[in-house]
Amino acid sequence: MRVLLFVGLSAGLAAQTTEVRALLQKRCLACHGPSQQMSGLRLDDREAGLKGGYSGPAILPGKSGESRLIERVLSTKEGFSMPPSGARLTAAEVETLKQWIDRGAEWPFASVAKANNAKLSHWAFQPVRRPTVPPGVHPVDALVRAKLSALSLPPSPEAAKPTLARRVSLDLRGIPPSPAEMREYLDDARPDAYERMVDRFLASPHFGEKWARHWLDLARYADSDGYEKDQPRPNAFRWRNWVIDAYNRDLPFDRFTIEQIAGDLLPGASTETRVATGFHRNTLINREAGVSRAEDRFEQTINRTNTISTTWLGLTAGCAQCHDHKYDPISQREYYQLFAFMNAIQEEDIEAPLPGELGPWLASRAGYLKERDALLAEYQISQLQLVWEERMRAAITKPGTNVEWDFALTSCTAMLDNAQAMLMTPADKRTEYQRERLLNYFVYNMGPDNNRDKELMAKIRTLREKMNALNGRTPQITLAHTVAEAPQPVKTTVAVRGDYKRPGIEVQPDTLAVLPPMGKAGPARLEFAKWLVSRDNPLTARVIMNRTWQEFFGRGLVRTSEDFGLQGEKPSHPELLDYLASEFIERGWSQKQMMRLIVTSATYKQSSQVRPDLVQRDPDNTLLARQSRLRLSAEGLRDSALAASGLLDERIGGPSIRPPQPPGVAELQYGNNKWRESTGADRYRRGLYIHFQRTAPYPQLMTFDAPESTVACSRRRTSNTPLQSLNLLNDPVFVEAAQALAYRVSGLPTDEARIAAAFETALNRPPSAREMSRLMRLRQEQSLLAVARVILNLDEFVTRE
Amino acid sequence: MNRRAFLNQFAYGMGGIALADLMTADGYAATDPLAPRAPHFPGKAKSVIFMFMEGGPSQMDLFDPKPGLQKWHGKPLPDSLTKDMQLAFIKKDAAVLASPRIFKPQGQSGIELSDYLPHLSTCADDLCLVRSIQSEAFNHHPAQLFLFTGSTQFGRPTMGAWSVYGLGSESKNLPGFVVLASGAGTSGGASNFSSGFLPSTYQGTLLRNSGDPILYLSNPPGVTAQAQRAALDALKDLNEEHFTQTGDQEINSRINAYELAYRMQTAGPELTDFSKESKETLDMYGVNDEATKQFGTNCLMARRLVERGTRYVLMMHASWDDHTNLNKKLKKNCDITDKPTAALIKDLKQRGLLDSTLIVWGGEFGRTPMQEVRDTRDDENAGRDHHPIAYSMWLAGGGIKPGTVVGKTDDLGFNIIEDKVPVHDLQATIMHCLGFDHTRLTYRYMGRDFRLTDVHGNVVKKMLA
Repeated sequence: MRVLLFVGLSAGLAAQTTEVRALLQKRCLACHGPSQQMSGLRLDDREAGLKGGYSGPAILPGKSGESRLIERVLSTKEGFSMPPSGARLTAAEVETLKQWIDRGAEWPFASVAKANNAKLSHWAFQPVRRPTVPPGVHPVDALVRAKLSALSLPPSPEAAKPTLARRVSLDLRGIPPSPAEMREYLDDARPDAYERMVDRFLASPHFGEKWARHWLDLARYADSDGYEKDQPRPNAFRWRNWVIDAYNRDLPFDRFTIEQIAGDLLPGASTETRVATGFHRNTLINREAGVSRAEDRFEQTINRTNTISTTWLGLTAGCAQCHDHKYDPISQREYYQLFAFMNAIQEEDIEAPLPGELGPWLASRAGYLKERDALLAEYQISQLQLVWEERMRAAITKPGTNVEWDFALTSCTAMLDNAQAMLMTPADKRTEYQRERLLNYFVYNMGPDNNRDKELMAKIRTLREKMNALNGRTPQITLAHTVAEAPQPVKTTVAVRGDYKRPGIEVQPDTLAVLPPMGKAGPARLEFAKWLVSRDNPLTARVIMNRTWQEFFGRGLVRTSEDFGLQGEKPSHPELLDYLASEFIERGWSQKQMMRLIVTSATYKQSSQVRPDLVQRDPDNTLLARQSRLRLSAEGLRDSALAASGLLDERIGGPSIRPPQPPGVAELQYGNNKWRESTGADRYRRGLYIHFQRTAPYPQLMTFDAPESTVACSRRRTSNTPLQSLNLLNDPVFVEAAQALAYRVSGLPTDEARIAAAFETALNRPPSAREMSRLMRLRQEQSLLAVARVILNLDEFVTRE
Repeated sequence: MNRRAFLNQFAYGMGGIALADLMTADGYAATDPLAPRAPHFPGKAKSVIFMFMEGGPSQMDLFDPKPGLQKWHGKPLPDSLTKDMQLAFIKKDAAVLASPRIFKPQGQSGIELSDYLPHLSTCADDLCLVRSIQSEAFNHHPAQLFLFTGSTQFGRPTMGAWSVYGLGSESKNLPGFVVLASGAGTSGGASNFSSGFLPSTYQGTLLRNSGDPILYLSNPPGVTAQAQRAALDALKDLNEEHFTQTGDQEINSRINAYELAYRMQTAGPELTDFSKESKETLDMYGVNDEATKQFGTNCLMARRLVERGTRYVLMMHASWDDHTNLNKKLKKNCDITDKPTAALIKDLKQRGLLDSTLIVWGGEFGRTPMQEVRDTRDDENAGRDHHPIAYSMWLAGGGIKPGTVVGKTDDLGFNIIEDKVPVHDLQATIMHCLGFDHTRLTYRYMGRDFRLTDVHGNVVKKMLA
């Protein structure tokens, strides 16, 4: 009997296991099986199945009542119940699952190998392999020409000297060479005249301006918060100054990286290394009253994670915010491991005086405080503020008591970072900086009770005027937006389906399993920064060199410079990319040296003439049998026009400027942030200094494809539209440049001489006879200004040949 | 097979991939990115006029009569309505505010509309009123981004940009996506008509209320039309000369862009010149009345743009964000917009353009059945808060079923009880009217194929003719 019963039971168990296997196969494995693991859950493998998904374990052996699997199949709630489509499980099927779990969940599948080799063997994740290059040949040319000769394609001849000078000047400095610079080069008969010119341009302070702009695209730099209020950030430029300077002193890229990601955590962190962390502060902030601070912070951290992933790793990690990456080996869990590095970031504004600011500020400080405190006392601000704080604290601790104060608090927390924490800190425990911020907020936002008191508000308006006047005549110091690490550890969880309101399993800061491991000795974010630029990291050096190449040739060796993953394009010249990456590290991560290497190659110096033999064979110029013709960037157009006309203000760095723009542009936005036109020489500063208001950007920038500055932009597109033509023809900035160009040559004795000089100043070459005769014809009909306008609109002027 | 042949062969069935590649190729814009293109299937609508009412018009005072509110007036909502809600902004214990508006059935269809909308009421039989729109965002800017881009995050392309990207433009002399603004500024500003990561060719062009209608449309001071032409002739000759030297087709594209710019300089003033419109038409739109002048001008402009082949017109009127003084402020906005809106419908209809023009009217969310009081001492002060959970919009024209009501809310207008239309479904339906399968109009960016409806959206059959 006993034996029989046992056999019967075991046969029953076997039958049940078969049933469970069939059921899982039919209804679950399409999403939670070998091909994909939705929400991290995989049910065809015992170990994975018991571990569960991002929400936690799905099956607790022996406890069907506590197993999420059962809860989900029983539920009828849309978006929660499983399976999400098709018929509900029958009562009998649910019962089968319950019994199976209660009996210990004997797994109905054999364990499976987990590694997905196709993903792991993807080229970009393999170590950089330095190719051997033949001696005596420029390594870039050796690697490019090997491929060309295999296809029996000859390279193009070297471009004419004036074209070369203009090309390399635009590429390294973003402005064309001046007539004097042209003469210096053309008159230099030494064999290394070109290299000498390159060295002069690399040493020019305008080099930093050109390349900082490229970095600003990646760092989604802007001068305002974004979203409805879109408050200006008058101190954002302080970080931009740091970037320009870092390029100009050729700060090695590893150091450049570490300071921006974790400059606050370095031993011996200085004001400057903290300023560098402003990289993280370029995220948008939504200050609309009522926005959930937790949600906005989550979005900022997502943005930081994605920005770093694009900028350094060339990976589209952002795809894994909501689910495992569909193509690349990045699980959702790993995404939140990366997220965790940034999750403990606290925003902190610090005093970061520019040279010359500190002395006058210190000298005036005592007098300023005395005068201001007298003003505050005269208007009894501290008494009023005490009452106000009391009401605000009541709104924090007992929300819902008074709608007006609830609203006042919401506005305050939206506008003032960490407002609630500051309000709850006893006044004597606040830092000076916190006291100042709270005071300033209060003076300008006095709350519903005071706002209703018309008599009081009239007085307060006078106070505000006096304070504005006082501030206006007191020396200020520049602040910098930086980050610091939260004093307490911050817990990070997977956000189920990318939703911050649905915390899943907890994760620790870490990198991706597909890449070499990182050190763990120091603070996590600092170790992460060092890992990004470690010798073993196969991505960073390749990604950065690819983007550098892209700026010189119009396309990267990997065309999808933002995506080195399985969905990105493969490198056209893998050996060249690896050569550049390894050389970059060998040369101590010097960007200037690598740029010098590239621009001194024959490949770079080739003519950009379109070749009939290549039109069909290589329409995208992937093989590099010629140079490419590239339309100048939005900023490059402005800078070139101002430079050619002699109007360009050459000062480096400083606060953003507001060139004239037609009325109606800034007013279109709710925040209606005033566009106070810059005056004097500020009007003629370079494009990278133009104040970027996210919801009402300067039109010329957007018309010519500048990025929107919300996420990292790895490559700009170049469109060609009639609005661009109208902009170059009729925008007062360009008209003024044409006037100045005409004026610049007006002193010459003949029209012919004037036209030749204007042409040569703008295009760095004399006009041909045909060009001259056509412009002379125009001159006979129209003014010299018309000629100058035509020159500044020529295709050749807007193009880097 | 070269790229152009490849593109022609597959026409548009490939989604956006082939086109996207062509756009970014170095120096080889092989096709005009704004050339008219066939959609996935023949769409009934050739153009869209999106009348965006920024801030969130109050649906229970305009479109969704709720006599049930009277019973609850002054009391908090019943718990049964709010227990499952994750309320971020809505204060669920706020008192219910009944609407003082009078609703009457209109036209053959008998659609009930508010007494604040006397003019629109005469068009009831042309409308498809959807009383069950649902958004996901409680705040203005995220909700506006959601309405126009399908995502609450900054940076995605807007519906107008997607439309022009998909269909190109019928107009050779005017932009394909035009924006008309009235009232105050909007939360979204330029992000409501941005091309996001699509080429900037597809971004909306703001038709300005003062100065040049299009930025930099006028010649600089002192440059006559004749002088401009002479300069452009020289420019063309010199660019052609340079083309023979370099052989780069991009130069020809640039020559064409300058010629189109010149034509726009003529077409722009012609567009904004109303002198050939009859007095009857001008009166109908209220162009000469102070209250309706700005909005009426924009409505008439919208019709003129559609007549001239513009694909997508976004009208933005701000603001309906009536947190306070609802009765007064709502009346004011209705006085501004009601008459010109009805005129636009009737005018398009009498010109035979309504069948091919899709009109969409609505805000980024609606308003709460409960009141919001920001000044407790003033009885007239009551307003309503943001309410994305259930609100109303209406559509008319190209491809839309006239004289219908879709969706139903509960007695208090708090939740949807029938035919929920999430914003993604609205977007899918608009794209359907234009001839697109919304899941196939995609653009590859950062390793992913993006689309207007993200990973959501179903076409709402009940809204279709």
